[in-house]
Amino acid sequence: MSMAVSAAWGMAKDRACALSLRLVRSPDRSYGEVMVVSNGTGQRSRALRSSVLLHAVMAVSGLIMVLFLLAHMYGNLKIFEGRQAFDGYSEYLREVGEPLLPRTGVLWIIRVVLLISVLVHIYAAFTLWHRSRAATAGAGGWRYETTKNRRGVQRSYASFTMRWGGVVVGLFVIYHLLHLSADYVAPGGASSSPYQRMVNGFSIWWVVLSYVIALIALGFHLRHGVWSAFASLGGNSSVARRRGLNQLATVVALLILVGFLIPPLVIFAGWVR
Amino acid sequence: MAGLFTVGEAIRDTKAPGGPVQDQWEARRFGAKLINPANRRRLSVIIVGTGLAGASAAATLGEAGYQVKSFCYQDSPRRAHSIAAQGGINAAKDYRNDGDSIRRLFYDTVKGGDYRSRESNVYRLAEVSSAIIDQSVAQGVPFARDYGGLLDTRSFGGVQVSRTFYARGQTGQQLLLGAYQALERQVAAGTVEVHTRHEMLDLIVIDARARGVIVRDMVTGGLETHLADAVVLASGGYGNVYHLSTNAVGCNTTATWRAYRKGALFANPCFTQIHPTCIPVSGEHQSKLTLMSESLRNDGRIWVPKEAGDGRHPREIPDDDRDYYLERQYPAFGNLVPRDVASRAAKNQCDAGRGVGPGGRGVYLDFADATARLGRAAIEEKYGNLFDMYRKITDEDPYQVPMRIYPAVHYTMGGLWVDYDLESSIPGLFVIGEANFSDHGANRLGASALMQGLADGYFILPNTISDYFAKNPSTETIDASHPEAVKAADAVRGRINTLLTINGERSVDSFHKELGSIVWEYCGMERNAEGLQHALGLLRTLRAEFWTNVKVTGANEELNQTLERAGRVADFFELAELMCIDAFHRLESCGSHFRTESQTDDGEALRDDADFAYVAAWEFTGDNSPPKLRKEVLEYHNIELTQRSYK
Amino acid sequence: MNVTLRLWRQHDQDAAGRMVSYGVDGISADMSFLEMLDVLNEQLTAAGDDPVAFDNDCREGICGMCSLVINGIAHGPEGRTASCQLYMRHFHDGDTIDIEPWRSPSFPILRDLIVDRSAFDRIIQAGGYISAPTGAAPDAAAMLVPKKDADRAFDAAICIGCGACVAACPNGSAMLFTGAKATHLGALPQGQIERNSRALAMGNQHDAEGFGGCTEIGECTAVCPVGIPLDMISRLNGDVLSALRHNST
Repeated sequence: MSMAVSAAWGMAKDRACALSLRLVRSPDRSYGEVMVVSNGTGQRSRALRSSVLLHAVMAVSGLIMVLFLLAHMYGNLKIFEGRQAFDGYSEYLREVGEPLLPRTGVLWIIRVVLLISVLVHIYAAFTLWHRSRAATAGAGGWRYETTKNRRGVQRSYASFTMRWGGVVVGLFVIYHLLHLSADYVAPGGASSSPYQRMVNGFSIWWVVLSYVIALIALGFHLRHGVWSAFASLGGNSSVARRRGLNQLATVVALLILVGFLIPPLVIFAGWVR
Repeated sequence: MAGLFTVGEAIRDTKAPGGPVQDQWEARRFGAKLINPANRRRLSVIIVGTGLAGASAAATLGEAGYQVKSFCYQDSPRRAHSIAAQGGINAAKDYRNDGDSIRRLFYDTVKGGDYRSRESNVYRLAEVSSAIIDQSVAQGVPFARDYGGLLDTRSFGGVQVSRTFYARGQTGQQLLLGAYQALERQVAAGTVEVHTRHEMLDLIVIDARARGVIVRDMVTGGLETHLADAVVLASGGYGNVYHLSTNAVGCNTTATWRAYRKGALFANPCFTQIHPTCIPVSGEHQSKLTLMSESLRNDGRIWVPKEAGDGRHPREIPDDDRDYYLERQYPAFGNLVPRDVASRAAKNQCDAGRGVGPGGRGVYLDFADATARLGRAAIEEKYGNLFDMYRKITDEDPYQVPMRIYPAVHYTMGGLWVDYDLESSIPGLFVIGEANFSDHGANRLGASALMQGLADGYFILPNTISDYFAKNPSTETIDASHPEAVKAADAVRGRINTLLTINGERSVDSFHKELGSIVWEYCGMERNAEGLQHALGLLRTLRAEFWTNVKVTGANEELNQTLERAGRVADFFELAELMCIDAFHRLESCGSHFRTESQTDDGEALRDDADFAYVAAWEFTGDNSPPKLRKEVLEYHNIELTQRSYK
Repeated sequence: MNVTLRLWRQHDQDAAGRMVSYGVDGISADMSFLEMLDVLNEQLTAAGDDPVAFDNDCREGICGMCSLVINGIAHGPEGRTASCQLYMRHFHDGDTIDIEPWRSPSFPILRDLIVDRSAFDRIIQAGGYISAPTGAAPDAAAMLVPKKDADRAFDAAICIGCGACVAACPNGSAMLFTGAKATHLGALPQGQIERNSRALAMGNQHDAEGFGGCTEIGECTAVCPVGIPLDMISRLNGDVLSALRHNST
């Protein structure tokens, strides 16, 4: 740890006080100041900015995305029904809801909901990330001088990679939209047929590899994310429930991982062309 | 005897109203003057200590509207050593319909204290005991419950009724957290100011009234003067005079001792309770002893090898070669004799060379029979956490090998003398909880300490202190520049400087260890005139060496734990002398105080009610002048004095 | 046995600190970890150095004062054990042991291994209580509490407030401490009336003190000397969200 960080341990209290709107610092003391803690009005509005609420927001937005992923995965598997069925399904998504809604109405509703979820998820994630950096003098779990036991006592790889894994998934989503949705990045050749876009792309080894890596990152993200989403919403109410939620998270993560991996691998293997 | 002390005028408690004992508390409360709620915020109280007594008093007085300043040496009020109490808290609720009553709890407590406590105080204690349980439950203390949702109780400490409420083995912790939370609630409300990491180093007495304290900020070393209309000491007991005890290592006598030196009488200092079931000392390095709940004696059998120096593994010693000495000596009570009896019996076995474990200071507490009778599962259910604790400390498995236990200092019944109002002999100085001497006589019953601390803090002090305020309005406003306050601060500063400049060869801890071993040897489980006189000589020599050869590193103006300890040990030296003098003068055996000169033919404690049915309250007369004995004669109108027998 | 200690020395809150190595000889397996530090301090005192300052009091695992990160693990390698209940038999001759204070900007270091945990007191002040004025309590038997709820409250109430959860948390969160108190009081019928407002106020104070949020990793529960389970955090989350839904304050 550098000298600058060392000094930060000494000054930490100042920051804690600056954060604490309702703490009054008595002038003659530099520690353990006598304060008045508010337990009256304004708690509701303060709680709207609380870490608990931000985590709940992350949980809800994340679960919305999980539901989307499940539906998306189901749609992908239609690749086995052939080009017509797959492209027809794609067209159906644009037509569904007509004539009550205009063409692509439902799709846009889904897109807006997803976009909001993504933005909210990212906003909450970065805000909380910032707070936990501040709460650990910028060093997270590595804030100790010792290099022993830096991985903690029991934390999982999935929990360890939540944030950077999330970044990887986020970058992948952009790449993925440019590739298969917008047809802008088109390795293997552009096409107006979604089926053809998939076949073209996944015939190339590095495209498949990039999807495999991203999906594994997504799998880890979901393994911890699904569990912690329910826990953040108050669902972890007992030891048995914790076990159940963790099993659910594993199942969801594996399902999505395997479900999404099948089409690219199958295409790459040449079984679908 | 000449020269050790002088005898002064007798004293008596002037506050308890006369009349039948069961009417006295009501009469006192009615007789006490009250303070109008609007005027309370103009009155301030300093409370030193945040254990059960201090925290509950601070919370209650703050809630009543007084301005309260609370001090503790720990980093949070929640860490006071009440937190370590395991067993439970007595209350005369009679939820079990087993014949319990206020009068029975009163009787058991006076008898358990071997008739050396005041009837009026003890009756009141029994009277308010029920309200403590109500209060604690309302605060959310999670007492044990049965499947019907009712509060569970158990029988504890050798009484015949089931009146002990408990929260597994952590009753003290739960009660303290209840009081702590009530205290913090008042801090948020702005009525109480808590000063953590502050240690009281002197009492300020102005115009013969307690008006403030000098405290040291243990982080910056700054000496602060705090003034108030009354001072309450809730600073706990002085068991650490023995160095090794079940007390927290920071527990000390400084607050009470400084008050003694300012004129408060110190009562019965030699009454110290030795608890029989502690984990024995394992070596020179030992810094503290760990208690294991007395409940272990309900199923465990205590024994030693018959042959002194029998080196066999305990499991290889056949029954014929074992001496279940408690069962043999006390067939009626067996392993369940009171604490003082069990402790002394263990000491006698070890003195005779039959002790086991390191240094031969231990006896076996064996669960083999109970395990065979009840099954291992039942033993685990009942004592699992205690067994785990034992294994953690000793690395021995008590399911396989009998535990080793030895007595250890646990509680001090003595303390500053107080009257019925819990006011010391210095007007305006109140003393509550273990810090005072009241209620437990010469021996405390199990599960009574928590009861007394909370009774004092929640219900008694808040009622009596208002009478003091009403009758003693503060006329002049004083500040830290008052000559008495300056004098006290200067004295504290001088003492700290002295400690820091001696720069000798020996560490504070080495003095504390030696001090402890002297007091333990001569003023522990057995005392006699010769030993006590010898101890006084040793103590004086050691004390003189301390003041010329102690090494205190560092400076005052910093966080300096050595300096903190040095001040405490210096006070323990003086207290140890007074304990020996008190033990020397009390030529009878009673409760925890066993004089070898005063025993029955079969070696049991022999009380002398004709000559010693009094409280020995000691008055400080100067550093080089013997203390003065002031007797408060104890009168018993409701309870007949009998000799305890557990045969 | 002989061990080498590398421990954090820092003179005061504003000073810079650093790791300093000391050799300690003549340690026996029966010594507690803190007694081993006592030996070191005796050694330092004899040499005229300042002893190492460390918080400790009851030395029986209940007061919560001791607070050492030993080899990177809060309270050391033994699970469910406070620093004071750790024994040297878990170490070997020749070991190098790293000792540091709790590290959290909300727990400023006062000296060496001592930190200021008054943030925890303020979280309790914010709402960690049941308002029960002295003397106003109904008879204790007037309210039945299902044993299940009483046991649940007890399991939460045994938190010793040591702060190991914060020390171990990669997010520097104190949610285990806060959640344990919310669960203790919220599990009991007498705690229901203030349950939502308590959760809001304690949660807000938790954030105001600068502690990070909980990402449900569980490092806190792994080092907790009394085994407070992770579901108590979820309970607090649920209470805060319920309070926000029901506009109770």
